[in-house]
Formats: sequence, C-alpha cells, structure tokens
Amino acid sequence: MLKIRNLDAGYGKLRVLKNISLHVDAGEIVAMIGANGAGKTTLLHTVIGLIKPMQGEISFLGRSCARTSVGQIVASGCVLVPEGRQVFAPMSVEENLLLGGHVLQKTQGRVAVLKELEHQYELFPILRERRRQLAGTLSGGEQQMLAMGRALMSKPRLVMMDEPSTGLAPLIVRDIFQIILRLRAEGNTVLLIEQNAKAALGIADRGYVLEVGKVIVQGPSADLLANSDVQRAYLGREKIDEVA
Amino acid sequence: MYWEPERECMAREDLEQLQLERLQSTLYRVGTHVPFYKKKFEQLKFNYDDIRSLDDLRRLPFTEKQDLRANYPYGLFAVPLRDVVRVHSSSGTSGQATVVGYTRNDIKTWSNLVARVITAAGVTKNDVIQIAFGYGLFTGGFGLHYGAELIGASVIPISAGNTKRQIQIMQDFKTTALVCTPSYALVLADAMMEMGINPNGLSLRFGLFGGEPWSEGMRKEIHQKLGIVATDNYGLSEVMGPGVAGECSECNGLHINEDHFLLEILDPKTFEPVPEGEVGELVITTLTKEAFPMIRYRTRDLTRFIPGACPCGRTLKRMERVMGRTDDMLIIKGVNVFPMQIEKVLFEVEGVEPHYQIIVERENHADKITVLVEVMESIFFDEMKKQRMVVDRIKSRLASEVGVSVDVKLVEEKTLERSEGKAKRVVDRRKL
Repeated sequence: MLKIRNLDAGYGKLRVLKNISLHVDAGEIVAMIGANGAGKTTLLHTVIGLIKPMQGEISFLGRSCARTSVGQIVASGCVLVPEGRQVFAPMSVEENLLLGGHVLQKTQGRVAVLKELEHQYELFPILRERRRQLAGTLSGGEQQMLAMGRALMSKPRLVMMDEPSTGLAPLIVRDIFQIILRLRAEGNTVLLIEQNAKAALGIADRGYVLEVGKVIVQGPSADLLANSDVQRAYLGREKIDEVA
Repeated sequence: MYWEPERECMAREDLEQLQLERLQSTLYRVGTHVPFYKKKFEQLKFNYDDIRSLDDLRRLPFTEKQDLRANYPYGLFAVPLRDVVRVHSSSGTSGQATVVGYTRNDIKTWSNLVARVITAAGVTKNDVIQIAFGYGLFTGGFGLHYGAELIGASVIPISAGNTKRQIQIMQDFKTTALVCTPSYALVLADAMMEMGINPNGLSLRFGLFGGEPWSEGMRKEIHQKLGIVATDNYGLSEVMGPGVAGECSECNGLHINEDHFLLEILDPKTFEPVPEGEVGELVITTLTKEAFPMIRYRTRDLTRFIPGACPCGRTLKRMERVMGRTDDMLIIKGVNVFPMQIEKVLFEVEGVEPHYQIIVERENHADKITVLVEVMESIFFDEMKKQRMVVDRIKSRLASEVGVSVDVKLVEEKTLERSEGKAKRVVDRRKL
C-alpha cells in the first residue's frame, strides 16, 4: 500500500532521514520505533507531503507521491494523526470531527459525513457523551481519541499515527492500542510511530527500528521483541537483568 | 503445497522492496558491528547509505572461505556471544573448519526456511521422516530436524552411518521420508538388495537429498531403486545450513528463499554476472541473519538460474542443482573438466552402476584421466565383446562431452569404496 525507497529528507541542509526504505502492506499494522530525534516524525511528515523529499521515492497505492500536495495525499486516503493531538481547542468535539469530514463531504456529500460521524461515535462512545463540549476541556486520552476520530472521518485507507501514547496514563494507552487493533479489524492499515516500543510491537505485525535517521533493524514484531539490540536499546532488558 | 504462501508466491516488485530493505539494514549492522566488514568498507570508502538498489551490491567486496578461517573462531559474529544460542562448524569438506553462530531468531528463521523446503518436497505432518544426515557440528542434521519438527512430521533423528540399522529402522518405524546425501541413498538401496529387502515393500515415498552434487541420472537411479520422489535441497553452513533453496515436487530446479538470501551467479574468472541462464559461481548475501551475516560469500558452487516460471506457483527464482565446485574443477591438458560432466555421461550408458571414481595422474608430463566404473555383474562376466562395447561407448561419449580423451576401466560391482556421507569421486595423483 505504502512503499518508500531510499528516502532522504530533512530541513534546510540538515539531512534527517538517510536512505530509508520501508513498506506497509494493506491490512497490516506496522510500527516504527526509535528514540527522540531518530527521524520518526520527519518520516510521517514526508509521507503526508509536509516536507519534500531530498531524494528517493514514495508511492501510495501504486502511485508516486512526488509533486503531490498534502490535500491530494489526504484525498487519496492517507491521513496523519499528529503528535500531541492538536485538536482545535475552542471548537466543540463534534465540530472537530466534522472538520475531519471535509474530504468526504466534497466527494460523497453530507449524508456520508453524518454516517461516518455516527461510526466514530460508535468507535469512541466517550466522544458522543462529550459532543457539545469544547475540545480544549477534554482529558489527554479523550483528546487523543478525538484526534483519531477526526482523522478517520475521511474514511482513509492508511492511518499514520504519531506517538499516540505520549503523555497518557498506562490504562489509557491500553485503550488507545485496543482501538488501533479494532481499526485494523475493520480493514484499516496502520503505520504507528512510537517511543513505547514494547506496546507498539505488542500490537504490530512488523516493525522498523529507526536510529539517527537510519533503519537499523526490521522484521516481524516477534523477532524484534526477541532481538537483543532492540531489547537493550528500547525494551530496557538491561535494567531488568541488573535488578535480577 | 506451501509453507508460507504469502512469501513463496510474492510479487516480484514486493519481493525486491523487501530485499532492499533487508539488505540496507544488514549492511548497516555488519558495517557497525563486525570489525572485518567495517575495515573493508572504510578501505573502499564505501558508505552503506550508498546502497540504493539491489544492483549496488556489486560494488561490495567478496567474503571468502579464507576470511572465515582468518577470523576463527568468532571474529565475524555480528552480535556478542551472550546473544548466540548455537554454534556450528562447517563440515570442512575441503580444508580447515570454520565457525558460525545463531541467535534465537536465527534458529527460528532457519526452522521456517527448512519447513518451506520440506513442504515443497511434498512432505507433511503425516510423514515419518528419517534424518540420516550427521547431527553435531555439521548443520545438515539439525537444520532438517528443526524444519521437520516445525511442520509437525514425526522425526527420527538417526544421524548418519550404520547402514543396516538405518534399513532396520526404516522398515520397523515405517519411515515415509528419507533425508541424506544422494550417494548414501544408493548405498542404502544396494544394502537393501543384499539384505533381501524389497524397497517397494517399505513405506518410503520421499527422499530429500543434499550435501553433494548429483545428476539427473542419479535421480532416475534413486527413483528406480527406491521408488521415491527424489528432490534436491541446497544450503551451506557459512550462510545458514540447509534451507537456502529446495526443489518442489515438479523436480525442475530449486526454489531459492530469496526473501532471506540474495544470490548472484558470476563468471568465476571475471566476477561479472553471467548471462541469464548460464552457469557460473554462486555468490550469496544473507538478508536476515543476525549472528552471522555474510556479504557476497563465494560458495565455489557452480550452478545457473533457471529462467521462466515454475508450474507450482512459487514466484521464488529457481537454481539448477549444483553441478560441481570451482575448486573441484580439474584442468586436464588445459581443458576445464567437472566431475559432474563425467557422471552425467556415465548415467546415460546402459548397464553402468551409479558408482564411479575419477583418477587423475600425470604420466610423462601429460595429464591422464581414468574413470573406474562399476558395471552390472551380467556385463562383467559376459563376453569380452560386450565389455568392449560398453567401454567404447563411454569413451566416445566422454570425448565429445568433456573434450579430452578419457580412459575407462570397468570394475566389478561393489569394488569401489562406499561413503556414508559425501562421496569422494576424484582422486588426483598429480603432484601440482
């Protein structure tokens, strides 16, 4: 579904991503893990079109994304749930969701948008309860659900999530990850970016480990969880060993 | 029947994407974790970020058997020893042994790839599989063992040797699949005849053979004598062991597990890729090995890629059964001669047994090849004329196939030495 080959990208003269190749097949949950500053967000921003690649190819659904605007990429079915939620605080929950439906409104009309809104309320019952409330007054977990719901309003083929667990309590993280699994069960494809490597690999089919702009290991999640480099760097095995 | 259809029948474009991703992360790992490669890359001023296509692999240096020896025992490992759960050693067919290691993930991958090979050969969880490859430092026994267990077959880890006992167990345990070298399969067949056991009365249906070069004639011979579907599988301990490639029931070449290994076939003199379908030296790069990754390992094995699709539906490219080794190559009066060429001719001649030995000598500064061939008793005790005819037929065929004149001597059945492992076919008495 998404194919990236030899991607270099960055800001100004700074090359953040160096020769990245990765792919996401339809129906997969793929996790991209790595520390702060590894280039994870840069990668998502390049895929969605916010940053132009310096080199390399990105193709989505078999079509090259070169010279495609963010709007066109979203319209073709690829959405980003940004890090830190970034919901529109002074607007109500429902207004936020409807904003996410603008692509659908253009292509399929109002009825489809309302139907999709209903679908989001089923997926996130808490949002229905809070529909009239201002987004800024929601808890962190609720805001994350709102950001996801807003992205899903365009009925995307590929959902890219940037650190959905940041700043959330462990129980809420578990809920969010359960929802990601449900999204996949409903036929969505997910590219999940996470610092919480254990949780992310726990639900993903495959994973890539990014370190200073390079993919250093990739493979099925189970293999990565068993890989000692990954364990040492991201799963804190060393600490457990020391305690034991 | 497939073990991992989503991989074995992958679209070429998806496969190449996967290969590139895996190659890039493998190069990163060897370039940072293995001093040998780190130094090599620095000398070449090679930056692994420069690998942007699979063809870029050609800019990398080869790894030779000698490099493995020079870094004996653990020098080429890419992970610390505490992450290694198994150590194997090459069978040392020629020269000093070398050491290879596996992480837990490597063992898992290995089992899985052998499971593909075994499944492709037609074996299922309902089979009873007798593994007559050596266990121990040699990778053959354990490799097949893991794959067979993974698919759920009943495994008899009998290991190599003790022919009578092999046959006894085959009979009593109702073995349906046999794993050994092809030459040992014939040893077993002969021993059955001697013991008065009719192979057709056994439950045996499949034979999975590997570990040494063999020919189509030998396949027929095994099929006739044991009445089984004989498939070939390929691997070498330096890159993993068995599981690199294996034949499906179509018996028309070995499907390469290309998602885990990148294979090149190069001209052994120029090191350029040979034209598609032509014979050359096999060079292998591992794509998923953790403990012991290999970059462009020169196998010295001679084979070719088989063009075209296989009716079995696998999209994995096929290679021909290994035809010999570059270091087996005999240079006779300046002509390159491979023992396999000779074997091929012998199997085409009626009345010839599948046991032979090639003797190379130097007489008055001239090279001379003599082929000792076992022939059926009936021919041996027959009139001289018939013997002459057989000798002449072999000689003239060899002269046209091999390109040098070859002396042929017929010997009685069972006079040549039998081997329980890899057969020793060539005796070079020249002091070169």
